[in-house]
Amino acid sequence: MKKILVVCGNGLGSSMIVEMNVKAALNEMGKEGEVSHTDLTTAKTEQADIYLGSEDIVGSLEDGNKNVVKLKNLMDKNELREALEKHM
Amino acid sequence: MIDLIMKDILGTPAILVGLFALIGLLVQRKNSGDIVSGTLKTVMGFVILGAGANVLVQSLGQFSSMFSEAFSVDGVIPNNEAIVALAQESFGTETAMIMLFGMVVNILLARFSPFKYIFLTGHHTMFMACLIAVILTTGGFSGAALVILGSIILGSLMVLSPAMLQPFTRKVTGSDDFAIGHFGSFGYFVSALVGKAVGKNSKSTEEIKVPKSLSFLRDTSVSVSLTMTILFFVVAGAAGPAFVEGQLSDGQNFLVFAFMQGLTFAAGVYIILAGVRMLLGEIVPAFKGIADKIVPHAKPALDCPAIFPFAGNAVIIGFFFSFIAGLVSMMFLPLLGLKVIVPGLVPHFFTGAAAGVFGNATGGRKGAIFGSMANGLIISFLPALLLPVLGSLGFQGTTFGDADFGVVGIILGNLIRIIESNGIVFAALLILLALLFFLGSRSKAKEKEQNPDVA
Repeated sequence: MKKILVVCGNGLGSSMIVEMNVKAALNEMGKEGEVSHTDLTTAKTEQADIYLGSEDIVGSLEDGNKNVVKLKNLMDKNELREALEKHM
Repeated sequence: MIDLIMKDILGTPAILVGLFALIGLLVQRKNSGDIVSGTLKTVMGFVILGAGANVLVQSLGQFSSMFSEAFSVDGVIPNNEAIVALAQESFGTETAMIMLFGMVVNILLARFSPFKYIFLTGHHTMFMACLIAVILTTGGFSGAALVILGSIILGSLMVLSPAMLQPFTRKVTGSDDFAIGHFGSFGYFVSALVGKAVGKNSKSTEEIKVPKSLSFLRDTSVSVSLTMTILFFVVAGAAGPAFVEGQLSDGQNFLVFAFMQGLTFAAGVYIILAGVRMLLGEIVPAFKGIADKIVPHAKPALDCPAIFPFAGNAVIIGFFFSFIAGLVSMMFLPLLGLKVIVPGLVPHFFTGAAAGVFGNATGGRKGAIFGSMANGLIISFLPALLLPVLGSLGFQGTTFGDADFGVVGIILGNLIRIIESNGIVFAALLILLALLFFLGSRSKAKEKEQNPDVA
């Protein structure tokens, strides 16, 4: 069971929407995963298999051993699905 | 027994929102583990919210004392999270009720009106519910009348606000996939209009090279800590070490005290945000799930960062010029006899950035600059004008930050103040909302004539 953490600046609005999109995409793909959302500060200390967010935000999470997935357009479901298929 | 149910259980807002989450989870037929954990987390989120308010209010009090000692006027820091968390103690039940039934009204309006928007920015739903609860209660409404009127207002705003912006949102995103559901929309709307007016043949912001070094401010905790520390330093310095060390810090060095108070404020905001996140974690997805079943072709109305990827430079430019307009406003507010609104990085970042994106869509670089400056003025003057209608809550040193809260609060508060009878207020507000729906539908129909693809 992989853990996916969706990250945005406030950890309230956009990351929650993307979390719902991730869950829907995983369902379509027939895969299982534990998905949650949070803000950037908390994400730095939270453990996850995949950190997902828009480029300008999750870029600062990269420390060499975190698996960070940067999306160009956070709301693009096709881009999200491609990214998930690559990493799951 | 009745007393236990009505007063102790339903009168405790934390348990009330927990019950909403429980109903939502049951409706979605989740498994028992999810139901238990989801319900408990929601209640805990509400408790965390209150704990954050306690941390924050102390530092807010210190800021107010220093500010009035230094400048002989009252300074106010607009912060939605802060004022909503503080309001929950007296208005928690009303807020929760209006929030729940507002969502129901949103679904009904999306089903039966031409505006098919489902407003998914849960924290803004909660903040607006809180503002409406405070103003209606202060104006003498209570019980069923309060909840019915409040939820009709909230549910209407949840579709009207995205609808008003949609022609411009379409211009930004190039599609009708989603709308913007954010109660800063009045500022974006003005920004888009300003862009239209000033931006003849102005090039897009996206052709400029903008340094990416400002992106660390996207992290709310970092930008709140930074702004509050700087603000506390400035205000402590202006109030003077003698006052701070003698009256407030119990002899602790004034700069050390200022630094710690600034970070205490930021910590309070961080705790409140964590609480809000937990509180909404079950409610928003349940709301969306139910809405998707009931409303065919529902369009999600999303938080303002959803449009940031469409114009990355406009985001930085918009934040910068909105903030400058906020600083300039500080000089002018006291001249008009208003309280000083201290510009915060967070409201200017999120709403300034969105205003920049809309201004750029209608008027290129010039549009982004002047549009976001208009937004900066709006979120400085409206919060100041809103304070008098918040009743006792207006004296806490904080207020609602974003534009729509100001517009709605000022109109609602003054209507109640001018009209004696609450029955007439009720009727007047319903007529006003009906008029807005009528105007909205008409302009939508016009748009459809010009462009049949518009959904």
